[in-house]
Amino acid sequence: MNAPLPGPLDGIRVVEIASEHAAWAGKLLADLGADVIVVEPPGGHPSRAYGPFLDDEPGLERSLYWWHYNTSKRSVVLDLADAGDGARFRRLAGESDVVLEGEQPGRLAALGLDHEQLRADHPELIWVAVTPFGRTTSRAHDPATDMTLLAGGGPVWNCGYDDHTIPPVRGGGNQAFHIASVFAVMSTLTALLQRDVSGHGQFVDVSMHAAANVTTESGSFDWLVARNTVIRQTGRHALTFVSQETQVRCIDGRYVNTGFPPRHVKDFESLRDWVDELGLREQFDDIVLLDLAVERGGVSLADLQEDPLVAEIYGSGRSALVYLAEHLTPEEFFLGAQQRGLAVGAVWSPEEAMTNEHFVARGFPVEVDHDDIGRMITYPGAPFVSARSPWRISRRPPHVGEHQSEVFGSGLFGSG
Amino acid sequence: MTLPTSRSTALSHIRICDMTGQLAGAGATRFLAAFGAQIIRVEDPVRQGTWDILRGVPPFKDERRGINLGGAFNNHNVEKLGITIDLRQERGKELLRKLVAVSDAVTENFAAGVFARMGFPYDEMQRLKADIVYVSNSGFGATGPYSGFRTWGPIVQAVCGLTFGSGLPDLPPAGWGFSYMDHMGANYMAVAILAGLIHRNRTGEGQWIDMSCTEAGLSLCGPDLLDFTVNGRPLRRAGQPNSNRNHSPAMAPHNIYAAAGDDEWIAIACRDDDDWRRLAAVIDEPWAKDARYATLDGRLAGQDALDAEMDRWTRTLDRHAAAERIRAAGVPASIVASPDDRIDHDPGTGEFGLWPMARHTEMGDVRVDGVPVHMSETDWSIEHGAPCLGEHTDAVLRDVLGLDADEIESLHEEKVV
Repeated sequence: MNAPLPGPLDGIRVVEIASEHAAWAGKLLADLGADVIVVEPPGGHPSRAYGPFLDDEPGLERSLYWWHYNTSKRSVVLDLADAGDGARFRRLAGESDVVLEGEQPGRLAALGLDHEQLRADHPELIWVAVTPFGRTTSRAHDPATDMTLLAGGGPVWNCGYDDHTIPPVRGGGNQAFHIASVFAVMSTLTALLQRDVSGHGQFVDVSMHAAANVTTESGSFDWLVARNTVIRQTGRHALTFVSQETQVRCIDGRYVNTGFPPRHVKDFESLRDWVDELGLREQFDDIVLLDLAVERGGVSLADLQEDPLVAEIYGSGRSALVYLAEHLTPEEFFLGAQQRGLAVGAVWSPEEAMTNEHFVARGFPVEVDHDDIGRMITYPGAPFVSARSPWRISRRPPHVGEHQSEVFGSGLFGSG
Repeated sequence: MTLPTSRSTALSHIRICDMTGQLAGAGATRFLAAFGAQIIRVEDPVRQGTWDILRGVPPFKDERRGINLGGAFNNHNVEKLGITIDLRQERGKELLRKLVAVSDAVTENFAAGVFARMGFPYDEMQRLKADIVYVSNSGFGATGPYSGFRTWGPIVQAVCGLTFGSGLPDLPPAGWGFSYMDHMGANYMAVAILAGLIHRNRTGEGQWIDMSCTEAGLSLCGPDLLDFTVNGRPLRRAGQPNSNRNHSPAMAPHNIYAAAGDDEWIAIACRDDDDWRRLAAVIDEPWAKDARYATLDGRLAGQDALDAEMDRWTRTLDRHAAAERIRAAGVPASIVASPDDRIDHDPGTGEFGLWPMARHTEMGDVRVDGVPVHMSETDWSIEHGAPCLGEHTDAVLRDVLGLDADEIESLHEEKVV
């Protein structure tokens, strides 16, 4: 078997000081082929104590949280407050292209280990700091979590239910970390390309709060352009007005998103034929209007404003989608509609998506050899297929300090 | 007219032939444009660029309406050049071939296969420019049984698990309330473009990068995925999702609580026992000193009762004052910020310079989203608004493709541009 092709960042070394904030960034860089060395404190990074755990038993090497965020990395342990380990960190950083960290602003400077203190000796070094409010704003020391960042940064405002006595909702999955981390990766790659030209590195200040703030779509631009405020609505876009529902409960209690109602004649035809195929013509109240939509060659948005009948005809497309969804499973509705050219979606749980035929056919779930426990573990794989420089999980997540002697014993960094 | 350029020099050596639109595509090249890449956005003169559904639609800055005046389009296309080419005509195709031949990358987010059917499969572009980096971004990618399916942000989010993962027990999915995966799809697309360029710089080799928005979304579902693949525990189970709480790591209290006023809310999270001790001191009521709440296990065991007490406490509090008091005690807390709160009254964004003013040729000065990072040497710059339809056609044909005045005039006469 041929050795796998190297990733696009092959030959780039990243030192990552372990953190919640930037762990996803380190993982992305590592899966893209960079040699990412994650520096953990003695005893391992606290996120190794986050559940869920392998077989539900806690343990330093059993955290699925740690696994998810640390594939393809190597691990060393350094006590950055210790002078000897601080010197090791300096040497390691000096032999690297990128330092990635999510430390509390001021901590590294106090230890003499910040970019300011290393840049003179290493002008080519790129330093990426991912912090809740950026390094320099007056909020730099405000305490924050994923939820408080998404609440203060805008996404939560958009998200929840039509009934506003129910709290707005923080979406799951640590997205404040993910958003900031992906911006950190975009910036790191930009700095690397810039260094190809200039030869010098630079400091990159990533604010998680700012990242959430520019990830709200119309939540921000409706205000910036017209000082309009969007309103949260169940399972659909927050808008400046209340829109019609798009999320429908299917026959088995699960949901689908019915997308935009159709306007083109071929879409009305598809819906009418589908109702007929299922033998639902007699039961579907709006069948006459649906037939009219076909006869009239669809609806135009201009007529929609002028003619009440056109508005009713237009409404039949939406009611047909709802009616079909209510009589089918999410899979039957999703596949049936998409095969007819209608952009709708099943609201799948992550595990339903992960095991779906399409993602399996594309090789998205990947098997990673956890040689330490004698198991192959299935991980989410590549978000893009790049044939010549593939994204790849190159190794299982590291044990605490697993690569200490490999990294520091090689002579490359001295015997210290 | 000379071609405008961003003041950032980070990527000023990069030129992109950009066929993207909406947010999922346009957001990717927006980031590169802010860092100085020359983004030449190609639009269809026949349909006035309305393949991008955001062209010419609300929000509008004032009472004027028109194809160049859409606020969302302006936001997503700052610092780009805009040209029109009718790709139905052979002369139009020839122009695009010329542009491909002098570009570093070609980007598009049509449905899978559409750009190839327009006459631009990867092989053809590689023939025009051997080391071209071609990045396509579609809902399901270019291969697999669903490759032909059509998506928008909400469809991507539904299918990939993110919509499901946002909600409260015994209620329908709340979803994301905006096209989260248009933002994140764009960001991943930018990563793909930049990684492709880095690989090219090192090896001299171009490639086609096939990005799938649903797969990017699925990878963002977090550790819950591994709980399923490793422990066989699905997220679709009784009591889940409950995404205002936190189980990875476990925290309590951790929720969004009602504050005084109409539809006003405050998010409070205690990361550990120390956070709880500090919060309990702020609360200063007997229930907060209850010994069973002193440990995380105790707070988790009594979380429903704890949340009810918390909610009763916060209901009478001004959300701003309460969030400040709690944060001053060292405990994470935040108002659920409205656009006004976070854009016009938050030093965390204002001092960061997050809302730059861009000058649009017809709209005038409009504030737009900035970039949530600052680079010390070659920072981003956003000064120019989105291009009007075909605003830079002549200048690009002349200065980038080297056409003379007669050729340009003839292209106009034949409505190729």
